[in-house]
Amino acid sequence: MRAYFVKRVLQGVVAIVGALLIVFVAQRLSGDPVALMLPMDAGEAEFAAMREALGLDKPLPAQFGIFMVNAVQGDFGDSYQWQAPAMTLLLERLPATLELALAGLVFALLLAVPLGVVSSVHRGGLVDRAAKVFAMLGQAVPGFWIGLLLILFVAVELQWLPAFGRGGLSNLVLPAIALGWYPVAAMTRTLRSSMLDILDSDYVRMERAIGLPERWIVWRYALRNAMVPLVTMIGVYFANMLGGAFVIEVVFAWPGIGRAVVDAVFARDFPVVQAGVVLAALVFVAVNLIVDLSYGLIDPRIRHAKA
Amino acid sequence: MLRVQDLKTHLFLKRGVLKAVDGVSFELAAGKTLGLIGESGSGKTMTGLSLLGLPPKPAGRIVGGTVSLDGRELIGLDEKTLADEVRGRQIAMISQDPMTSLNPVFTVGAQVAAPIRAHGLGGDSRRDAAHLAVEELQHVRVPAARQRARDYPHQFSGGMRQRVVAAMAIACRPRLLIADEPTSALDVTIQVQLMDLIERIQAETDAGLLFITHDLGIAARVCHRIAVMYAGRIVEAATAEQLYAEPRHPYTQGLLASVPRLGRRDKRLISIPGNPPDPLALPSGCAFHPRCPHATERCRVEAPPTVMAGDDQVACWLHA
Repeated sequence: MRAYFVKRVLQGVVAIVGALLIVFVAQRLSGDPVALMLPMDAGEAEFAAMREALGLDKPLPAQFGIFMVNAVQGDFGDSYQWQAPAMTLLLERLPATLELALAGLVFALLLAVPLGVVSSVHRGGLVDRAAKVFAMLGQAVPGFWIGLLLILFVAVELQWLPAFGRGGLSNLVLPAIALGWYPVAAMTRTLRSSMLDILDSDYVRMERAIGLPERWIVWRYALRNAMVPLVTMIGVYFANMLGGAFVIEVVFAWPGIGRAVVDAVFARDFPVVQAGVVLAALVFVAVNLIVDLSYGLIDPRIRHAKA
Repeated sequence: MLRVQDLKTHLFLKRGVLKAVDGVSFELAAGKTLGLIGESGSGKTMTGLSLLGLPPKPAGRIVGGTVSLDGRELIGLDEKTLADEVRGRQIAMISQDPMTSLNPVFTVGAQVAAPIRAHGLGGDSRRDAAHLAVEELQHVRVPAARQRARDYPHQFSGGMRQRVVAAMAIACRPRLLIADEPTSALDVTIQVQLMDLIERIQAETDAGLLFITHDLGIAARVCHRIAVMYAGRIVEAATAEQLYAEPRHPYTQGLLASVPRLGRRDKRLISIPGNPPDPLALPSGCAFHPRCPHATERCRVEAPPTVMAGDDQVACWLHA
């Protein structure tokens, strides 16, 4: 398990270095930043001075070295808009995005786990068929549209919950539903099919043959086995929610990372965009690492496996 | 103790009705062992599952017959009663494959404790049940049971896993133990150890043992009586001595002629011509007639009745 863990960490480091390389290259390809920074009437001497000040006169490998040294320290330069370190700006907004993504995930699981289990136990039954339709709707309809409908009906018409902004739990509900709706479908289907396999296994037959209550067999003994493929999906979707929540963040005026990066793109605020890309890569790697570790918690065969 | 009469379990498949168990009757006394012998597909496992009220879902259904255990009729009991009072409590099964019969993500101790807790025999606390589970593991001679209870199935060898399965089955001291080919997945030396263990447990608890196997060698060693199944029916049942000395049914005669030595595990029977019948399209009359050297016109048309000869039974026109 330890060797396995070390291997996964190293793979994560490679992924992050890759992201940094892409950010660096994209920056060099996107035109001359000095031209953007200097006034229109600046002369050749001022250009040269600015290039030297920014280190842009050095050869590319040297520039990459400097970039990497800074990046490792979390320094992606100052935001053009806010005159503050780009990474600091984003890290301030990270809790809001984490909160939203976690709430979305909890919502998705609260629906998907019971639906998946009941669908597998009563295969072809009412819940199974209803869940299928419900899940299809979830995947066919974009999250922002669900968000807009929720705002329209729940917030504006019924006035039950606030329409936008971050604050208490009541602010969290609508964006969490809009964000968590999409993965419910895939999670329900995945859990259903792995539950069907397991409910048909020899050990479930054995558990029935010694008279364990069906409730225990389904919700305890079978569900834990069926969780492994679901955990993989949780990892993928949670990372997507963290990195891809910006649409929902814009719809609900949620002060998260996604919205900050979108704003930065429109403002051509390059350091913030770069920091955002690298942060997203970091989050992906971290989430995948947590997922890998949790396999071991669920399945002792993975925990004891020699890598 | 156990009386099964005219038990019928059919599988309702898309392609037709498969009469997996088609009118099986037998009796088994406490402390005795009945061998149920036959080729794969002859309905012996399905008979065992039917006693537990567990025909495979959703196709399988018990369509007729009675099963009475210590005077109580089991056919027709609802699911909850079966789970609470019968399965694990009165009847338990040791299943075929120890490698797949244990839940991979729970400790062995927890799995042996589960039936004890489910049937309310472990006192109030989880700890008492865990303690009893360790005792059961000691009972089936798992070495260092206290430590090993905390291990997971994949940390056990095949023979040890089968012991764990046995511990789960006997944890609540069932009156009837069904052992479904408990040794066929094991090495020969381990087979012998396990059979000794099962016999010892049976002697201690005075349970009846229904021993399902295709291995005539092992059956001869452990069974008091043997019932031979073919195509969902018992074609012959007799004491082990009688059956081996003087087999009455041509199928039994064929089986014994091809008898494997102890330890040989060929599944194919060499000396009986032809193949087991398609269970969805059984031959008319006696299902064995296309393979039977003594078949007459009557065998083709009319199924033979089951005739009693003392305590023994045989279903063949030669003896009708």
